[in-house]
Amino acid sequence: MAFVQEAPKEGFRLSMLIYDTRYRAITIQVVVLFLFLLFLSWLVNNTIANLAAKDRTFDFGFLWMRAGYDINQTLIPYTNDSTHMRAAVIGLLNTLLSALVGCTIATVLGVVIGVLRLSKNWLVSRLMTLYVEIFRNVPVLLWILLAATLLSETMPEPKDFKVTQAMVESGAEPAASNILFGTVAITNRSSLIPAPLLDRPLGGMEIASIPVNFSLLAVLAVFIGSVLVNARFLRRVKAIQEETGERPVTWWKSLAILFVPVIALLMAMGFHLEIPGFPTDASGVSKGFNFKGGIEVLHSFSALTLALALYTAAFIAEIVRSGIMAIARGQSEAAFALGLRPARTMRLVILPQALRVIIPPLISQYLNLTKNTSLAIAVSYMDLRGTLGGITLNQTGKELECMLLMMGIYLVISLIISSVMNAFNRAVKLKER
Amino acid sequence: MNKSVFLGTLSAAALAAGLAGAATLDDVKARGELICGVNVGLTGFGAPDANGNYQGFDVAICKAVAAAVLGDASKVKYVPTTGETRFTALASGEVDLLVRNSTWTFSRDNDLKFDFVAVNYYDGQGFMVKKDLGVTSAKELDGATVCIQTGTTTELNLADFFKANNMTYTPVNIADDAEGQRQYLAGACDTYTTDASGLAASRATMPDAENHIILPEIISKEPLGPLVRHGDSQWGDIVRWTYFALVAAEEYGVTSANVAEVAASSTNPEVKRILGTEGELGAMLGLDKDWGMRAIAAVGNYGEIFEANIGSATPIGLSRGLNALWTQGGLQYAPPFR
Repeated sequence: MAFVQEAPKEGFRLSMLIYDTRYRAITIQVVVLFLFLLFLSWLVNNTIANLAAKDRTFDFGFLWMRAGYDINQTLIPYTNDSTHMRAAVIGLLNTLLSALVGCTIATVLGVVIGVLRLSKNWLVSRLMTLYVEIFRNVPVLLWILLAATLLSETMPEPKDFKVTQAMVESGAEPAASNILFGTVAITNRSSLIPAPLLDRPLGGMEIASIPVNFSLLAVLAVFIGSVLVNARFLRRVKAIQEETGERPVTWWKSLAILFVPVIALLMAMGFHLEIPGFPTDASGVSKGFNFKGGIEVLHSFSALTLALALYTAAFIAEIVRSGIMAIARGQSEAAFALGLRPARTMRLVILPQALRVIIPPLISQYLNLTKNTSLAIAVSYMDLRGTLGGITLNQTGKELECMLLMMGIYLVISLIISSVMNAFNRAVKLKER
Repeated sequence: MNKSVFLGTLSAAALAAGLAGAATLDDVKARGELICGVNVGLTGFGAPDANGNYQGFDVAICKAVAAAVLGDASKVKYVPTTGETRFTALASGEVDLLVRNSTWTFSRDNDLKFDFVAVNYYDGQGFMVKKDLGVTSAKELDGATVCIQTGTTTELNLADFFKANNMTYTPVNIADDAEGQRQYLAGACDTYTTDASGLAASRATMPDAENHIILPEIISKEPLGPLVRHGDSQWGDIVRWTYFALVAAEEYGVTSANVAEVAASSTNPEVKRILGTEGELGAMLGLDKDWGMRAIAAVGNYGEIFEANIGSATPIGLSRGLNALWTQGGLQYAPPFR
């Protein structure tokens, strides 16, 4: 007689939520989620209660009110009659400008330094080690302050560039003068570079109160056209080379294709440079407080961007070095065996493979640099933190709204940067099939 | 953690946060200390001295209130605030009282929900330039670079002034007075603008004060005064009437030196009411009857405070001007104590 008993089919009991390992994990997660939501709702509730107790409202209407203050660097037109919203956009553009220029300089510098640090030249590699160790081990705020102080304390004041009545009479020269053949002036406030001007511009229009310059668009269009034509020309040259084995001389033809149309267009529009200088009266005596003409690059921008770039370059150099060292030695030995010189080996064999190691950590460096631009207040650069999170916040008293908005904007910028870089990473990473 | 304890703590914290600021007087008494928001450092108005103790014209108000409420002028904790952080500090309850060269404006009073209780200094915005710049009037500043403290009313006045006079300028927004001075002295800006009293105070600390001039134009009204949070009228009244007691004391010739003597001998009923030898004014405020006497004894009357910190005998050298008593052609006027 066989006693075959079926395994008892147990129904679900409540105690299994705790004592059965199959369910326990879920139970814990549900409890933690519940507690977290409770904490979150308490935070929100507390905020609402406190706002109500202080008789304060929560709304973003202030963004459409007149700002009433001026900003010293505005990439799109802005006056003190503009809205707080526009002031915030001005700040955002200043943040993005600093981040973009900073990331570009940091990348170029970082790659060069990272490669040179692996140089066989003892002096060069030690110097680069010194650079990396100095820059990444001092807080970036101190570098920003140092750069700002150096620029503002060592350069001459604008008034030193002025010609006074006494100088005209005695024929003396002012204490300071423009450098680079009189085109660039560096004062203790800003660097002034020549501004491109057109006698016969093509005009422009405003789209959503952002000015669009047709002349600039035309130049860009012509240049892009030239690049496309040049690419076609090079393809034809390659075809000839493959057919006949001889490569026709290309360099001057390429240069001509790339630059002659653009230069012709600029000359047709009457291109000339406006040199920064002081306005003078009939006898040659300078008037006013500041330079007129030219493009003014404020030292607050230069100091912030340069310091951030130099600081981040040290980290990027280390990332590049680790990327290169991750490539097997056999790769470069094979390249040498084929007769490639070290520079071409690096450019054609090592770096393309190193990129897939380099890019993921590079993303976080770009994010760091972008977020670090909010240190701008230390040198009075009017970035997003300076306008929306500084003056607007203070003049309107909307702390919560301004802070939330600012955090949201930084979050969006960071997410955009990382998604773009991730897309780039997918494009260059080793294709596994 | 026991969940009920956790939730209990949370709700208690929420309750405490909700009630904060409802009864500042009780909080101050329970704490045994007044927390006063002052300037990070503006000589004469509120700045630490060589020993690290805060001194100045604004700081004296903190001391007077501490003396009136707690009976000891030294029981004050000073919280340095910048132009940007001051209002958040007061609104959040971090300080009980803010005395920091703050201009009384409509929106601060109504939108930011503060109560300006008095005006301890009638001021206006001015410009300071270096003498060798050759400028004698603010109307000649077209095209100048201007250093300006961020988060202040002066920022808006500046924009309005240049606009009204059809002039342009480049602002350099700086965080506090010390940084403004550094930038101005380094030549990063042609002129430094803030309240005229602040300019005088800054100039007094410069090594070459004689090389800097304050231009004659005053471009705005800046009534500076102590402020408290909206919604606690009792606390606001205490600060307001402590201040008025100091002004009235000057009017009736009561000084820190003679206050005890006057209290014993005076026959003027108003003086007697201020000093608590007659009537129950202290009880009406929720204080004891000697509150006024203690405040005057601790810091002196308004005139004494002025002369000791920013008056003509000090390096800052401000004259009384609008801040003289009403009996001498000024605006300082205390309502009747009765």
